[in-house]
Amino acid sequence: MTKNVLRGLRAVALTGTLVLATGAAFAQTPIKLGVLEDQSGDFAVATIGKVHAIQLAAEEINKAGGIDGRPLELVAYDTQSDNTRYQEFMRRVLQRDKVDVVFAGFSSASREAYRPIVDQFNGFAFYNNQYEGGVCDGHMIVTGAVPEQQFSTLIPYMMEKYGKNVYTLAADYNFGQISAEWVRNIVKENGGKMAGEEFIPLGVSQFSQSIQNIQKAKPDFVVTLLVGTAQASYYEQAASANVNLPMASSVNVGQGYEHKRFKPPSLKDMYVTTNYIEEIDTPASKAFYTKFKAKFPNEPYVNQEAENSYLAVYLYKQMVERAKSTKREDIRKVIAVGDVCMDAPEGKVCIDPKSQHMSHTIYLAKVGADHSISFPKVWEGIKPYWLGDAGCDLTKKDPMAQYTPSNPPPKP
Amino acid sequence: MDIATHIFSALYQFGDAFAFLVLSACGLAVIFGMMGVINLAHGEFIMCGAYVTASTVHLGLPLPLAILAGAIVAALVGALVELVVIRHLYDRPLDTIVATWGLSLIATQGTLILVGSSMAGVGTPFGSFQVGEYSYSIYRLVLFASALGVLGGLYMLFNWTRFGVLARATIQVPHMAAALGVDTRLIYSLTFACGAGLAGLAGGLYAPTMTLVPTMGATFIMEAFVTVVIGGADVFLGTAPAGAILAVVKSVMTSWQGQLFGQIGLLVAVIIVVRVLPKGISGFLLRERT
Repeated sequence: MTKNVLRGLRAVALTGTLVLATGAAFAQTPIKLGVLEDQSGDFAVATIGKVHAIQLAAEEINKAGGIDGRPLELVAYDTQSDNTRYQEFMRRVLQRDKVDVVFAGFSSASREAYRPIVDQFNGFAFYNNQYEGGVCDGHMIVTGAVPEQQFSTLIPYMMEKYGKNVYTLAADYNFGQISAEWVRNIVKENGGKMAGEEFIPLGVSQFSQSIQNIQKAKPDFVVTLLVGTAQASYYEQAASANVNLPMASSVNVGQGYEHKRFKPPSLKDMYVTTNYIEEIDTPASKAFYTKFKAKFPNEPYVNQEAENSYLAVYLYKQMVERAKSTKREDIRKVIAVGDVCMDAPEGKVCIDPKSQHMSHTIYLAKVGADHSISFPKVWEGIKPYWLGDAGCDLTKKDPMAQYTPSNPPPKP
Repeated sequence: MDIATHIFSALYQFGDAFAFLVLSACGLAVIFGMMGVINLAHGEFIMCGAYVTASTVHLGLPLPLAILAGAIVAALVGALVELVVIRHLYDRPLDTIVATWGLSLIATQGTLILVGSSMAGVGTPFGSFQVGEYSYSIYRLVLFASALGVLGGLYMLFNWTRFGVLARATIQVPHMAAALGVDTRLIYSLTFACGAGLAGLAGGLYAPTMTLVPTMGATFIMEAFVTVVIGGADVFLGTAPAGAILAVVKSVMTSWQGQLFGQIGLLVAVIIVVRVLPKGISGFLLRERT
């Protein structure tokens, strides 16, 4: 008896909340946006800001009337810096939650783990992260910067300023290997020479021997493509061994804000090409930073991936409103027109229809001895040209593959 | 480059790898090697030591005292964990795996929630020195000296003191020790706390050289377990030679072919030692005595 009464009460309570919830919300059905980002684990330092940026953009959009009158609803899961979690949750958001679009992934390993699932279930995903480039997949939009944007600016600058002997220290997985290949090619094109290369397994935190190998090779500067918090111990250890070489990177500062976390001067003379960091002193950047800090006052740093994620929400809004649909095919027709652009906190960005990657303003950030940031150079409107030039054209054909300079798309 | 520079650099790299292996492993050698508790939360005791050290340095304590504070806090946490969880699981070794793994998840995630995703570092003291064309960090020599000091201290503790004798007696034949009037529960508690404190000390010593994040314990745990597994049950006679052998393999392989091969070499060495000496190095060294 009592059990049945209780069950009835519970049912009433449940339906009551449901009615209230729908009553309070918009009349229109919401657009569901899946958010799969690492809120814990090894990568959380760099990625918690992405989740917050998406929340900030969604709040702003909903306050201003939603996307085409429909509210934006976030379905967020913590992927725990674990590739299998990405696969699990990607299936969940696509099959059970039936989201319209997914924003997912930090490490390239995680992206390659979930990408086949997006392709299989005909989903639509944004990868809002800088990476090693080469993903030619109609199911993906990449808002982060790629090597031709970060290295073709950074490496020639460094070679001109410091010399032509280059040493690469890179994380040993797809991102590090492919980025190192880019560095090798650009160094060669500019008449330089690789003094050495070492690939470090993820999770390694002790660098005494690697530091000595670098000193032995006597390079003019070191390209550090180290990933994850364990590998970030390199800088402190190199500084305490007095290596004293300039460093160039596409990942540091802009992602893990090492200049804020480490004690000066361990990052002295680190040069990074990034499309956004909070120190950028333009009105658009300052406005974004102020809004971000107002909503998340305890945010330790607003990094490049936070900005990529923020602009991606607005970009999605624009595309849905222009397509009058959330279907991937309709949205891609809008992209194919070739004029999907917006004014982001970093400056103007546009989607390249051939590769569905973004053009960016690239800032060269230099870390000083006191870990302050200066910007010796800015390149505007740098295009993600490589995939398109190499033969990837998503407006014609969708190979759903990742290419590298040594494994380019097949020529038609 | 002359021979002396080469020899010094090889010795330095050996000492560096040895210090890392021994300091990561000694706490686990007490808890796992001696007591038989498979402590998967070992890395989190190390993280605890590192975090306490860094926070007390930020509060203005000098580094050596801060490292000591890290070790003491880790020991106190260890005593608490023993009292609440481990004590009830001594005769259920498989359950301790699940329990300590759960503890490690709680500690990592709890730290992330309470302290945030990372903590400001403290900077490595002492600077560097030059030998030939290489420059080296002086603090790394401090780490090597600390590893030797810890090994010596453990040897004295377990062989020369009354506590050491009682601890070994309790762990070998608990009911006999209890019959002779030893408070075995207290001895178990103290031994576990000692192991946790050593882990905290390792964390404190490495705190100035590493990125401080809640998951930092994970970078120690593989080295710690392999050193203890091939070392065997004796803390001093196991951990020291195991650390030495693995350090030679690791530093030689790393200088020859890089970090990846250093790790491969380490694991291959472990497989060979475990195959040839199933009771570990200390089991081999002590076989005549038993």
